[in-house]
Amino acid sequence: MRQAGLTAWKTVEWLLLAAVGLIFVFPFLWMFLTAFKTMPEVYQFPPTWWPESWQFQNFEIAWSSGPFLTYVWNSFLVAAGILVLQLLTGVPAAYAFARYRFRGREALFGLTLIALMIPAQVIFLPVYVEMSHWGLVNTLWALILPYGASAFGIFLLRQSFMQVPDEVIEAARLDNASEWKIMWTIMVPMAKPVLVTFGLFSFIYHWNDYFWPLIMTNSNEVRTLPIGISMLKAAEGGKLWNVIMAGNMILVLPILAIFFFAQRHIISAFVYQSK
Amino acid sequence: MRKAAAAHEMTASGHALGRTEATKARLNLFETIRPYLYVTPALAFFGVFFFFPIAYVIYLSFHDWSLLNLDEIEWVGLANFTALFEDADFRQVLGTTLIYTLSTVALGIGIAFFLALWLNRKAKIFGLVQAAVFSPHIISLVSVAMLWMWLMDPQYGLLNALLEFIGLPGYTWLSDTKSALLSLIIVSVWKGVGYNTLVFIAGLQSIPRDIYEAASLDRSPWWRTLTRITIPMLSPTLFFLLVINTISSFQVFDTIYIMTQGGPVNSTNMLVFYIYEQGMDFYNGGIASAASVILLGIVGLLTLLHFRVMEKRVHYR
Repeated sequence: MRQAGLTAWKTVEWLLLAAVGLIFVFPFLWMFLTAFKTMPEVYQFPPTWWPESWQFQNFEIAWSSGPFLTYVWNSFLVAAGILVLQLLTGVPAAYAFARYRFRGREALFGLTLIALMIPAQVIFLPVYVEMSHWGLVNTLWALILPYGASAFGIFLLRQSFMQVPDEVIEAARLDNASEWKIMWTIMVPMAKPVLVTFGLFSFIYHWNDYFWPLIMTNSNEVRTLPIGISMLKAAEGGKLWNVIMAGNMILVLPILAIFFFAQRHIISAFVYQSK
Repeated sequence: MRKAAAAHEMTASGHALGRTEATKARLNLFETIRPYLYVTPALAFFGVFFFFPIAYVIYLSFHDWSLLNLDEIEWVGLANFTALFEDADFRQVLGTTLIYTLSTVALGIGIAFFLALWLNRKAKIFGLVQAAVFSPHIISLVSVAMLWMWLMDPQYGLLNALLEFIGLPGYTWLSDTKSALLSLIIVSVWKGVGYNTLVFIAGLQSIPRDIYEAASLDRSPWWRTLTRITIPMLSPTLFFLLVINTISSFQVFDTIYIMTQGGPVNSTNMLVFYIYEQGMDFYNGGIASAASVILLGIVGLLTLLHFRVMEKRVHYR
């Protein structure tokens, strides 16, 4: 009797799990299915589930409706450029915060934490004015430089540098290794898991970013993929949902692929801030 | 122990043999300024692209200016702020932002709390559903917005097809002043609830097991365990999520820009979109920067509150 009740509850729970999973996964599946349908099929009501014939040319139409190779390349350059800069500025800062005692350390680290909390939307206007004074509006520099230092990265790396045992550094110093060398050849390799975590976080964040490139760019040569994708809507008269969804797949698939292979890293990267 | 290590750090390279007093002194000076050299590049970026802009936007908010001609800038005192608060449109924008933020935060955290209690289990299927619930969080808002525009299409969208399938009338979603804001809230909750859930789960897992064991030895009923142990122990997590979610809800822009452009009839016009339109489209630099300062004030207060509470937590430990 009790056994039957338990199995019944198990079944209900499985159904509930499936339902919750579907609420979050099915929209992506719908994006995928729509991307392969013909226009008449898209405008069929009630809709069909499975495409009647798989239209691969939707991807070609989306891809050739603008300079998408440029968009992809720009997105990559910006996300990678930001990450490199953030590491170049972040590693020494984190090392100093973690390993040296110096006057003003707490205050300077406090400033870093404030930078962690205030989002770009609050200060985009004055930064835009700065950029236009320097003639950098509508260049890739305007997309990269404002993110040249990451408070989150410094925070993560500092945490990880603090955990390296003193003996390791002492030993290196006895070998007459310079501080600079200790930092890059001993500390950084030991912080590898954190670097992967932070790298994924930063790259995904800037690959996805729409707001900043929207503000800072106004011509195709410097636009990034999210901007190009959002322009499909206008370029195609607003309603070619199969082409629009195909375009969005180009933006979404790389991220979903990374998520598939590095799920644990990504989840810890994004959830870390809470700790 | 630490102090000794630090003192050693300061003079580490001074131990090398055969150095004159002068080089030693120079080295000591270098050891003193080294930490500052290391933090300077990062802080320079924060200074130029973060702290200076904060001061600059406050300065700009007391002036009349426009992006069309940056050389013409005129002091107007508090005129931009008085103009904003006398403007019924702006009051509506603030009100809409508030409703949006309160609903998104309440729904996003409330749903996540129950999901976390339910999904916090070891079996593989629960991990899978956790990943599924989280997946929208790492997808570009551009794609999320366009996908939901398609799902919410009043004529051919999947959502109305499903509603009709179960015998309900189709809904107006983004096309009606009464439902557009709710539609944006749904999209935002859908995208963000997975993050909140996983943060709650991380919080749940950090509660020491033996407390629960003690509770079950006392035959404490599940609801008492929930209200006396789980919820109090989760309160730091809950507070963190409240702050983070409130700040990010106040920043809502991408979905508005792509899905509604603030419409229909201004019903989804919110603070950042308002700043964007005033500054970039209407060239009212003064008004836009005054509105930015108001947003800065809100976010700044929340940040301050966050730091205060975090400090307390550290002291109690």
